[in-house]
Amino acid sequence: MVRPLDRKLFRDLWRLKGQMATIALVVAAGIAAFVTLRGTHTSIQDARSAYYERQRFADVFARLERAPRSLLSRVEQVPGVSRADGRVLEPAMVPLPEVSEPLRAQVVSVGTEELQVLNQLHLRDGRWLEPGRSDEVLLLESFAVARKIKPGDRLPLVLNGKKRDVRVAGVVMSPEYVFAITAGDISPDPDRFAVMWMADEAIAATFQMEGAFNVLSVRLQPGASERAVIDALDRLLEPFGGTGAYGIGWQPSNRAIDGELAQLRSFSTVLPVIFLMVAALLVNVVLSRLVHLQRPEIATLKALGYSDFEVGFHFFELVLVILVLGAGVGVGVGGYFGNVMVDLYAVYFKFPNLSFRFDGASASAAVVISVVAALLGAFSAVQSVVSLPPAEAMRPPAPARYRRSLVDLLGLARVVGPSLHMIVRELQRRPLRTVFSALAISVSIGLMVIGGWYYDGIRELVHTQFHQAMREDVAVAFIEARPARALSDLAHTPGVLAAEGLRAVPVRFRSGHAHRDGAIFGYPEGGELRQLRDRYARLAPLPPDGVVLTDVLAEVLRVRPGDRVEVEIHEGQRGTKQLVVSGTVDDAMGLQGHMTADALARFMGETPKVNLALLRIDPTSSETIDARLKDLPYVASVTRRADLLARFESQSASMITTMSAIILLFAATITVGVVYNNARVALSIRARDLASLRVLGFTRGEISAILLGEMGLQVLLSLPLGLVFGRWLVVGIASTVDPEQWRMPVVITDRSYAIALSVALIAAVLSALLVRRRLDKLDLIGVLKTRE
Amino acid sequence: MSVDPAVLEGRALTKVYRMGDVDVHALRGVDLNLHAGELVVLLGASGSGKSTLLNILGGLDVPSGGTVVYRDHDLTAATERELTRYRREHVGFVFQFYNLIPSLTARENVALVTEIADDPLSPEDALGLVGLGERMDHFPAQLSGGEQQRVAIARAVAKRPDLLLCDEPTGALDYQTGIVVLEVIEAVNRELGTTTAVITHNAPVAAMADRVITLHDGRVMGEARNERRMAAKELRW
Repeated sequence: MVRPLDRKLFRDLWRLKGQMATIALVVAAGIAAFVTLRGTHTSIQDARSAYYERQRFADVFARLERAPRSLLSRVEQVPGVSRADGRVLEPAMVPLPEVSEPLRAQVVSVGTEELQVLNQLHLRDGRWLEPGRSDEVLLLESFAVARKIKPGDRLPLVLNGKKRDVRVAGVVMSPEYVFAITAGDISPDPDRFAVMWMADEAIAATFQMEGAFNVLSVRLQPGASERAVIDALDRLLEPFGGTGAYGIGWQPSNRAIDGELAQLRSFSTVLPVIFLMVAALLVNVVLSRLVHLQRPEIATLKALGYSDFEVGFHFFELVLVILVLGAGVGVGVGGYFGNVMVDLYAVYFKFPNLSFRFDGASASAAVVISVVAALLGAFSAVQSVVSLPPAEAMRPPAPARYRRSLVDLLGLARVVGPSLHMIVRELQRRPLRTVFSALAISVSIGLMVIGGWYYDGIRELVHTQFHQAMREDVAVAFIEARPARALSDLAHTPGVLAAEGLRAVPVRFRSGHAHRDGAIFGYPEGGELRQLRDRYARLAPLPPDGVVLTDVLAEVLRVRPGDRVEVEIHEGQRGTKQLVVSGTVDDAMGLQGHMTADALARFMGETPKVNLALLRIDPTSSETIDARLKDLPYVASVTRRADLLARFESQSASMITTMSAIILLFAATITVGVVYNNARVALSIRARDLASLRVLGFTRGEISAILLGEMGLQVLLSLPLGLVFGRWLVVGIASTVDPEQWRMPVVITDRSYAIALSVALIAAVLSALLVRRRLDKLDLIGVLKTRE
Repeated sequence: MSVDPAVLEGRALTKVYRMGDVDVHALRGVDLNLHAGELVVLLGASGSGKSTLLNILGGLDVPSGGTVVYRDHDLTAATERELTRYRREHVGFVFQFYNLIPSLTARENVALVTEIADDPLSPEDALGLVGLGERMDHFPAQLSGGEQQRVAIARAVAKRPDLLLCDEPTGALDYQTGIVVLEVIEAVNRELGTTTAVITHNAPVAAMADRVITLHDGRVMGEARNERRMAAKELRW
């Protein structure tokens, strides 16, 4: 037996279906955003902690020159350390016959499965190394997949200048290389960066590291202080060329994941809140009108003996139906987008089991929060009418009070004419609704500006990095720094048009208690292939003396130009020296110091050396140059700028397209929700006036202009607000990116602003057209027969 | 008077509404002429079809059968756009419930019409004509019912319409106020020479007309010409 109030509920719902649907969509967008982002966050986080735990991923890491394995037991005696593992890690090259330039690789020593203490590998295909086989390797899966290499395949490998063939025994994943990126790179390069694990003895023999290690991984005891262990390790490793231990937070792969998680977290908080606030506003607008129209019915119900609560609850039920619909759609869409997002992340983050995990708790939380938000919106709308005594509610409400508007006060009344007057006074009579509606639309514009910034910011970054900062065609990294004159060797290779050298020294910057690891770059005088530029690609001056620091680094170290900074050199002779900070630069990524090559050589006490050769080449001789580079024993890697650029663009393109599409869809939902509902409510309020005007001889176009002009003014008001708000959001989001890794340029092009405005305008116009159709069906005679 | 040509001619007008499963015959074949400058009262009980007739004459509705011709325009064949133009250029309406725009002052309500008319009175003159020269800047909510109806009349006549159609103009007003409103309608008819039709269920109002047409159940029951038009202020009910 359906109660009559429920019948009324369903009929009201059906009558208001357009408005209910658009509000439900806004609720759905909020819940979907929450489910997608929070679910993605949880999925990555859970996959990571399960993976780290299973593979016994270390907590503290350190690199050093060389230490005897006997040191490991002393490391394990450091208070707070539970296990220590020492390995040999060396650079290598893979000169694949089908690839013109040699590919960069790292080889890491590893025991059999049972001998892996920490950072255990996860075997994906093939088998573990057989004891005693020095020609076998385990290959990182991302590279194996990118190059279609299978267990049993053979690979050429250049180790310590000597070329040999190895056989791929198995394909593995490693918790150290979830995000496989090499220093100085801005995105993973699975088909150009290989990591291989080889038997201890094989590597040790090649690099004269028998009984020794050069990378240390340490697992802490529960509750141990990371800081204290790092300090103790630094002291212990100093004599062995330790370059400074760092915690898991600074482990490159893990830090990249952390950065992404932080962004997801902030998005997953901000976006749903915005949507749910808009939903609450819309519920309030629509319900206020509904209870106003139903005043006599409410009075009748109360006269019949229904309590305030029963009548009020009846309207809340209406809202609950919207919420159930919105939540259903939101959870479904959120789950779908969550899968899409996690698939996108799976391109970057290599976990054995990364799949979207629907986070039921988060979804329920989102639904509960949306219920609260919507009920808040409903409460203020319903309460005033429901609490009226029946006799009063049966009388028509007092006529709306209108006041002279700003237009009158400015003496513009004669100029603007009555139509505009109607618009302005109506807006002025409900200033809060006008302001909140404009704000809601401006939020949607702001969201679209963020979408635009993803594109613009990355393009600017590409421009800065790949076109302005890097001007070489090919960058050749040396295994060790070589005298600057070694360049002339390369410069005389046929097809090389110009060669410049760059010196990079790994260092730890220190000032007081603060320290950071980074590098100092030395730029040749008059060099053109790499120049010091800030994140907007502007050239930065390089004084003849002292070091120019990344400004974020200067902030961390609390030093200013003129101050001194302590520099521990993590290369060659080592030692600690002081440098004067001659300036700071707002460069795009990493923490580094910049000096002239001469100043750096003086500082290092060496004749000028280089470890990166930058070449500009004649494209027609590119193959001969590659062939020659492959044969040079001192070359660690060869990177083509064009390849880097192409890869970066193809990787970021799918991410940007997907994100922008999702944002666009969600943002447009808000505009449609706000404009459509406001217009419908305005139509309901003004139907009588508009019909009277039609009777007086106004055309459909003219009355549409009056009704939609109201919406138009709101939208117009929201446009500049939206742009400002968008920029503000972008600055906020840019700041959630780990500033020590990245400084995304805050660049928003006119094109992005224009797109954001156009989408809002189109969404508004479409919503308005939906309402306009109703204007054409206005009942001219009916409204004249009734008193309002 | 009868020598004047008919401004508006209705012939064999019928109107059938479909209300749910029932056909309601609001008009069952009405012939009616309005001549230039005359004041006609259409008298009838509620449901007699008088409002339907007025709506058809005013271009708010189209008949189910029959023809309406305004001068040489056939309104029965007119498009929606042409009907809008007809209302805009030739017809002034006054309704029982005034239908003023609450967000506009008296002056601005009148200006709504003067804006879109070709040769209108000024809003001030129109309001002066109905005796509201002093209250032009009041909003409808600040005016009494009679004053609101006078604003509605001022709005209707400001465009110098050829036809003034009043649907129960005193229906929502008390006697005193009703008389004032009828005086205004009378004055407009006399001074501007506007052809005027007033529909009412209030029989004594008929005495102010040149001609009285009585409607019953969708048909014309009778038509009478008053020898002498009684002044509105002499009416009693």
